[in-house]
Amino acid sequence: MENLIGLLVAAPLLGAALLLCGGRRLDGKGHLLGTALALASFVIGAVLFADMLGRDEHDRALHSHLFSWIPVGGFRADVAFQLDQLSMTFVLLITGVGSLIHIYSIGYMEHDERRRRFFGYLNLFLAAMLLLVLADNYLLLYVGWEGVGLASYLLIGFWQHKPSAATAAKKAFIVNRVGDVGLSIAIMLMFTTFGTFAFAPVLSNATDASEGKLTAIGLMLLLAACGKSAQVPLQSWLGDAMEGPTPVSALIHAATMVTAGVYLITRSGAIFNNAPDAQTAVVTVGAVTLLFGAIVGCAKDDIKKALAGSTMSQIGYMILAAGLGPIGYVFAIMHLVTHGFFKAGLFLGAGSVMHGMNDEVDMRKYGGLRKYMPVTFVTFGLGYLAIIGFPGLSGFWSKDKIIEAAFAKGGTEGWILGGAALLGAAITAYYMTRVMLLTFFGEKRWVPDEQGNEPHPHESPKSMTIPMIVLAFGSVFAGGLFSLNDAFLKWLEPVTSHSHGHSPLSAATVTAGTMVVLLIGVAIAWVQYGRRPVPSTAPRGSLLTRAARRDLLQDDFNHVVLVKPGEYLTRGLVYVDHKLVDGVVNGTAASVGGLSGRLRKLQNGYARTYAVSMFGGTAVLIAATLLMRAV
Amino acid sequence: MNPVNYLYLAALLFTIGAAGVLIRRNAIVLFMCVELMLNACNLAFVTFSRMHGNLDGQIIAFFTMVVAAAEVVVGLAIIVSVFRARHSASVDDASLMKL
Amino acid sequence: MSSMLAAATSTTSTGEAVQFWILATVAVIGALGTILMRKAVHSALCLAGTMIVLAVFYLANGAYFLGVVQIVVYTGAIMMLFLFVVMLVGVTAADSLKETLKGQRWLAALCGLGFGILLCAGIGNASLKSFNGLGQANSGGNVEGLATLIFTKYVFAFEITGALLITAAVGAMVLTHRERTERALSQREQAERRVRTGTQVPPLPAPGVYARHNAVDVPGLLPDGTPAELSVNPTLRGRGQMRDVSGKALAQLAALEQRSARWLGRDAKGGKGAGRPGGAKGAEGAEGADRHDSANGAAGPGGADHPEDSKGVAK
Repeated sequence: MENLIGLLVAAPLLGAALLLCGGRRLDGKGHLLGTALALASFVIGAVLFADMLGRDEHDRALHSHLFSWIPVGGFRADVAFQLDQLSMTFVLLITGVGSLIHIYSIGYMEHDERRRRFFGYLNLFLAAMLLLVLADNYLLLYVGWEGVGLASYLLIGFWQHKPSAATAAKKAFIVNRVGDVGLSIAIMLMFTTFGTFAFAPVLSNATDASEGKLTAIGLMLLLAACGKSAQVPLQSWLGDAMEGPTPVSALIHAATMVTAGVYLITRSGAIFNNAPDAQTAVVTVGAVTLLFGAIVGCAKDDIKKALAGSTMSQIGYMILAAGLGPIGYVFAIMHLVTHGFFKAGLFLGAGSVMHGMNDEVDMRKYGGLRKYMPVTFVTFGLGYLAIIGFPGLSGFWSKDKIIEAAFAKGGTEGWILGGAALLGAAITAYYMTRVMLLTFFGEKRWVPDEQGNEPHPHESPKSMTIPMIVLAFGSVFAGGLFSLNDAFLKWLEPVTSHSHGHSPLSAATVTAGTMVVLLIGVAIAWVQYGRRPVPSTAPRGSLLTRAARRDLLQDDFNHVVLVKPGEYLTRGLVYVDHKLVDGVVNGTAASVGGLSGRLRKLQNGYARTYAVSMFGGTAVLIAATLLMRAV
Repeated sequence: MNPVNYLYLAALLFTIGAAGVLIRRNAIVLFMCVELMLNACNLAFVTFSRMHGNLDGQIIAFFTMVVAAAEVVVGLAIIVSVFRARHSASVDDASLMKL
Repeated sequence: MSSMLAAATSTTSTGEAVQFWILATVAVIGALGTILMRKAVHSALCLAGTMIVLAVFYLANGAYFLGVVQIVVYTGAIMMLFLFVVMLVGVTAADSLKETLKGQRWLAALCGLGFGILLCAGIGNASLKSFNGLGQANSGGNVEGLATLIFTKYVFAFEITGALLITAAVGAMVLTHRERTERALSQREQAERRVRTGTQVPPLPAPGVYARHNAVDVPGLLPDGTPAELSVNPTLRGRGQMRDVSGKALAQLAALEQRSARWLGRDAKGGKGAGRPGGAKGAEGAEGADRHDSANGAAGPGGADHPEDSKGVAK
């Protein structure tokens, strides 16, 4: 069984290699090959899952040592895999959703001449992501971490002929670098503290290290998580990342890659558990981001950007839960999985809508699409109900638990976090209802584009609707299935451990409160967008709305705080370089040149002038000799 | 009279010869001035020989003459070949080694 | 050593002193002449004079062998070599004493003055109050003493100077040797070339033909009395050393002869009766022209064709 772990990564890696190096020969069947290999990976994952279920719950982790990567003295880095319940969860999510999105992409990318390359990148992403979650040490995790960053860059900029896509790709890459620096520093700190990077020794010895060091490592890991998971303050890239093809947004920027930060924090739970300050930082980031993303999601008219704000917000929930420690780890992962289903479904639905609407993304130009796209409407609607936490659907089970856990943190902190989570739930209900109403209800508002092509909304092909249907099933039933007998809790508890905490409110009270804020959110949205006609151009809106449309001024903030000072600094350095450094260098050169120019005149070519110099020199020598004798 | 006067004469002749090297342009005259300087040295050597009471100074003067003879032979040959090539015996005309 | 020290004296004989002051003056004048004379030949002669004076000084200083060598080798051989080269190179613009390098003369004067003063100061500083003299060293004969040293103590230096001299001789030959790159033309080929190019097919006229003088620098005269430039050596022509015997010179000659005839008492009766065609114009100068044995008579027939020429003759 251990040997299969390597195959999990190898299958999509082989696909990537074949598709990217295979050339045009594979243009015809390349997408099928990529999809087949993704499915193969999923099948291997399923086999491993079945095998794992058959074993004792405390003896489920599998280890596979492939080879020694960098053995240098005390420094030892191995390519070794570890498959425990946490990794298993991710493997199934990644390969499952990944396979569905591969299938969806067959239809979605049908008319793109670079489809083979697209599938190559998707396979590359799968391989890197699997490497990330299967690694048994932080260094190998870092390889996967950079690999998904690369795949993300390549896929966001897939339509590189659009300047906006190229810029967005660069932005995502650079912002991610900031987080990656955090991860590399954290790994270095781990090595100096524990002398190894492997999960097992680091995490089991975490209690031995000083709290200061653990806090430093934790904060650096948080920085990494912020970069990859688009959390405040490194959130700015996610909205622009929607420039990529929609399947990419669904897979990478909703379901899997952006949740890598949550995985990192959960995996490093032992470190955070012993560093309360770092945990506080984590929950703060989570709470701030869940509100931030939700507010941004309310103001966006671009359907994908609204969903991107929602993603940010939902990951904020997960980070919040992960920061709560053993109270929240399980729920963070559970929400991660359910979110993977419904958010991927929502994105695929959005992609389906765009597919039918000539790639129009402005929701104000949709309206009344439920008649034209029934399948999309139903699957999207189920995803919508799941994300707002409609009772019985996936989101309800996972999000409710997180809100509960936030209150269970206890003390003022618990109240603040719980309040933020509740407020987030209300806003989520509002903006998702808004998206739903703008897209599928009301009158049709679409207009011909510049070329005069009237959009003809139509249902998408089967290759696209089937994945949406499968994901809709996941959105509806996954949460309930996980919560049946606390199955998910029992599944993950051996890895992450769990405690119930001391909630000041009963579970029923929290659920009731959540229902109330949910209804309020839906009601406000209904009043605003359901009862009166929607203008096809956005009204000016309040100050907050305008700020939210500009992503709550995140780019302006970055521009003023980072870019401008950077420009001034470089300008100053250039000035210093020109005036001082170059001045010294050029001055030296000029003075040497000038001096030589004058000295050169001594070399006039006349032997007699040289004779005078010789004669004068001789006279000076005699004078010196006499002087020395006299002295 | 002290023989040291011969030395002063030698110094004077040497200086005159050197000045001649500096102010004359004709390579042949220039060469004559060099000969004058060599002769001044020889006079000094001979005088030193007398002062010290041994013949070593005269030997040096003798060798100087031999070397001067060799030098004149080669030097004049060079002057003749330069003159053939450039139709000039001026040392200032051979000033290609500048700038 | 002790005997040598005992022999140390501080002055020379008065005779040597007198000789020194006189000859030293000559030597310095010669040296100055060497560097100040405009012509290289004069410089060489001045230098030779200085060298002879130096030879005398060598003799006075007890260096008899060197004194003789100085005269024989230096003055006799080397200076003659110089003169040969001066003849070979000839007179050039380099002989001008006008300075072309800016400041060269001032610098030379400054350096020379400073150098001389320093040298004299050095000599004056040295303690040279007394001297040993060569009496003892020359006791076995100066040449024998030198020979002993050369073939014992300095034998290696002597051998090496031998090598040096051979090298110098070979070097001089190499430097002045010119390889003949083409075959010399035979007489026949030269003649054919002359015919082909059409320049001066017959031999060049000899100088002095039909003239009163037959020296090499006097051009032969053409039948009309004008000088034939071709008849003079190109070298003399190039130097402008061709003597002009036509025209004015002939007239002067004629006047001279007339005067001498008058002085000798010979009558110039036949002067006006001369059958010279050009005589009508140049009557005043034609006195006794009939007695010009060759030149004027020969020039006569062409006089009518060249009136201005005849006029020149008359003047």
